[in-house]
Parts: sequence; C-alpha cells; structure tokens
Amino acid sequence: MKARVHVMLKNGVLDPQGEAVRHALATLGFNGVNGVRQGKVIELDLDETDPEAARAQVSRMCETLLANTVIESYTVELD
Amino acid sequence: MHAAVITFPGSNCDRDLAVAFEQAGARVSRVWHKDTELPRGVDVVGIPGGFSFGDYLRCGAIAANSPICRAVVAHAGRGGYVLGICNGFQVLTETRLLPGALMRNVGLKFICRTVTLSVTTTDSAFTGGYSAGQLLRVPVAHHDGNYTASADELAQLRDADRIALTYAEAVNGSAMEIAGVLSENRRVLGMMPHPERAFEPAHGSTDGRQIFAGLMEALTAA
Repeated sequence: MKARVHVMLKNGVLDPQGEAVRHALATLGFNGVNGVRQGKVIELDLDETDPEAARAQVSRMCETLLANTVIESYTVELD
Repeated sequence: MHAAVITFPGSNCDRDLAVAFEQAGARVSRVWHKDTELPRGVDVVGIPGGFSFGDYLRCGAIAANSPICRAVVAHAGRGGYVLGICNGFQVLTETRLLPGALMRNVGLKFICRTVTLSVTTTDSAFTGGYSAGQLLRVPVAHHDGNYTASADELAQLRDADRIALTYAEAVNGSAMEIAGVLSENRRVLGMMPHPERAFEPAHGSTDGRQIFAGLMEALTAA
C-alpha cells in the first residue's frame, strides 16, 4: 500500500524559509497572507497491506529517520 | 592520542581535520562510513564538515544512521571523545549524542566568513587551554547553523555550563548565539565553526589550534 508522510516544523519553531516565501508573496502583490509554513511530503510504496501495521511501520520510519522530532512533527496518510 | 576521522560521501573537510589532529601530535586513522567498527584503541573520533549524502532529507540525517555512526555512539557511550565540526555537529545532533538541532540560517544565506567566537566554558578538554571569555577568530561555512532547542534544553545547557562557544556577533540566528555545545560528560563537542581552518599562520588565524592541543594534553595526561 501507499503512504504519504507530511513533515512540518513544529508550531512555535520559527520557519525562516516560510517567512521568506511570505515576504516574496507580498512583494508580488498577494496581500492578506498572514503566515506561510514550508514542509516536506514523502511518498512511500510499501509491501505491507495491513493499514494498522503499515501505519506503525511508517511511524517508526518517521521517528528514526524521516523527521527530526526535536524540531519537526509528522502525519501519516495511507491509501 | 589516536584519532579516527570519518569520511562520508560528500565530506570535504576530512583531510583538513586529519592534518590538524596529526599536527597536534595524534596518530590518525581514516575511517569510511560503511565501516562497522572504529580502529582498536581510538581515543577521539573526528566527524568532519562537508555535505554528507548531499544534505538530502536533512543535513546529517542519513550520515547519522550510517554503520560507522553506530560505532561512534557506542564509543561515546564508553566515555570516548568525539569532535564534530560543522556537518559533524549536525550529525551529532541527529544521532542525539548532542541535544537540539541546526536549522536554516535566519538570513537564509550560506555564510562563509571568519567570525569572532567567545569561549563560554573552559571546563572541557577541548576548551581548557583557553581563558573564559577569550575571543577567537575562526571561519564558518554553513547554510544550516541556526542552533535551536527547547527552552528547557537551552536552560539545562546554560545551567550545566555545557555551552562551549558562542558567537560574539550576530551570525546565523542561533538561540543564545550558541556556536558549540558539550555532552553531559563534556567529552563530545559539536561546533559549527571550523577550528581546523584556523590552525596554521597561513590560515590567517591560529585560534583553533588549542582545541586539538587541549585534547592532546587531556589524553596524554590520562
């Protein structure tokens, strides 16, 4: 089955890249953008077919490698 | 003193780091990232600067999960010394041997210049040869050197006197201007500036030399 992992900086961690994108949008005339946060999407193609087992497996991958949980949070979507 | 310097694909300061250890009087073994063990009798492991694995995923993240890093974590667990410089510091935070993380510089630019550091603690083999508050001129060359940690961790680092070096000028947005931190047992140092590039008179500064000389003194006295 396929899994999609979203990795984002945790709330409260300043995101300098998101801030730069926000400034660039304002410069281009896109007003009313109050905040921009930039993250990553990681798509995985797994052998596992059981959703519960897949979710557990991907969570372990996130804790070990895909996210740095000191500064990042992650969510796992399966389909 | 027997030093091991690790090379990952994309390391580019490994030779400079080996030369600095050698000139401080160490015997140096070069170690490849796929090696599963450190050479016998290694006292200190040097993790060099560079762009291990092309900085893919996060700086240092893939290197931190390489076979040799398991041996480095075990070495640190036995009370061994580790010096991680620049990408090496990023690797050490990714292995969790050191707290916190290194984020994109607050100005988003790659910063490559000589900066002024302040010696924040002299209570370590690395910094024992300096005087407290001594100012050092040492180059930095990084895109992701903005040190961050939780408020609790920062307070712990400060209270336990584990902040080894701070920037004496605004550089990259690091919390509390932190440039280098020590492990709880004070034998693992991670720092963004490059002391191996401030080692010989031809470098323009020799202020980094004492980090290697201090290690040498600590390890030969032991």
